[in-house]
Amino acid sequence: MKQHKKALALWVAAILLLLAGALLTGSPGRAESVQEAMRDAVLHSVNRVSLFGWKDVNPGMISAFTVTGILLLAAACIRIFAVPRFRFKPGKLQMLLEEAVGLFDRMARSSSPHRYGFVRAYIFAAGAYIFVGTLFELLGLQVMTTLGQPITLPAPLSDVNAAIALGTLSYLVIVSGGIAGNGPRGIGKALKEFSLPISMSFRLFGALLSGLLVTELVYYFVSLSFVLPVIVGVLFTLLHALIQTYVLTMLTALYYGEVSEPSHKEKKKRAKHA
Amino acid sequence: MPLNIDWQQILLHWMNLAILTGGLYFLLFKPVKQFMEKRDAYYRERDEEAAGKLAEAERIKAEYQAKLDAADEEIRQSRAKAQQAVQQSAEEQLSRVQTQAQQILTHARAEAEHDREEILRSSQRELRKLASEATKRLALERDPFDQFLDLAEEGVKHEER
Repeated sequence: MKQHKKALALWVAAILLLLAGALLTGSPGRAESVQEAMRDAVLHSVNRVSLFGWKDVNPGMISAFTVTGILLLAAACIRIFAVPRFRFKPGKLQMLLEEAVGLFDRMARSSSPHRYGFVRAYIFAAGAYIFVGTLFELLGLQVMTTLGQPITLPAPLSDVNAAIALGTLSYLVIVSGGIAGNGPRGIGKALKEFSLPISMSFRLFGALLSGLLVTELVYYFVSLSFVLPVIVGVLFTLLHALIQTYVLTMLTALYYGEVSEPSHKEKKKRAKHA
Repeated sequence: MPLNIDWQQILLHWMNLAILTGGLYFLLFKPVKQFMEKRDAYYRERDEEAAGKLAEAERIKAEYQAKLDAADEEIRQSRAKAQQAVQQSAEEQLSRVQTQAQQILTHARAEAEHDREEILRSSQRELRKLASEATKRLALERDPFDQFLDLAEEGVKHEER
């Protein structure tokens, strides 16, 4: 009991000491106003990062490559070390992996029962990318901008280019499902949903950007940087990582199933042939 | 471009996503899915095997039940036959015994009748013989009154002793 009290007292003392230190040290001075920070978070016109010395890109681009690298490295490690040790009675990691794969497989099968081979692979990758990419901002990895200032890497999808790329690629996957399922008629079916790429892109961009802006705003003011980031930084990020993953993958699988579903005439023809 | 949209970066993101989709499919999705399908197939096979064995067991059970029923029917028929045979044998024995008893009775009656007549004849002969002997004695021997008196005297002497 006495040990517990001592530990508690030490913990509180450490917090107070750090708080006092943070307040007394002061800020080195703001390089940009809150408006400029916000504008740059949206437009990335100032803080750009060099891509292997070839081109200056948005920080989101570097985040995207980093997330892909992390995911592929983890997948390779799992493939080499974990998958050969899979047992019929699964362990914790095996259950997690099977649940993740099974979740997207079931989603694809239930939303697009006629054709799900490709879409399940795509929504699995897109889901992993959105989820891990959104949580990636919590790592706070830093890179140097072309101006020589350090910058924390944001979530890849808070970059409008990444969001547009994912939204349009999802739409192209849907169109490909229409072509594979119904030929030229499938393209027509997919084109009817012409607003999809825009809505999917900007839904992602808006959701991720709002999280980024709130975080920027919170961290801009020192007085807001205590306790609050635990909620806005971790819980909100976790929450919208899950929500955005579910929304985009579900929409893609649903529209894919809708446009790839054989028309009634095709069904009758197939029934006759059968 | 508005919002700093850069088509080159969008294409780079597409390339990045294509690499990620292919990589994750071949490194993670496919092997895990294959393992899950292998396990499903294994358990389906075990299930079918168990169902097959159950059906085989049911068939054998039905076969043995039929054999048991046939054996029961056979036992019932054998028992009925045996009962019938026993019944018949008992009736035959009873009839034979009755006949024998009847014969014995008839024979005994005839023998008894014969014996009675024989005894009757023999006793008549005996009586006649006794009568003739008595007659002869009466005719040849002394006077019975004297004999009586002699006997009476012998009796008094005897008492005195």
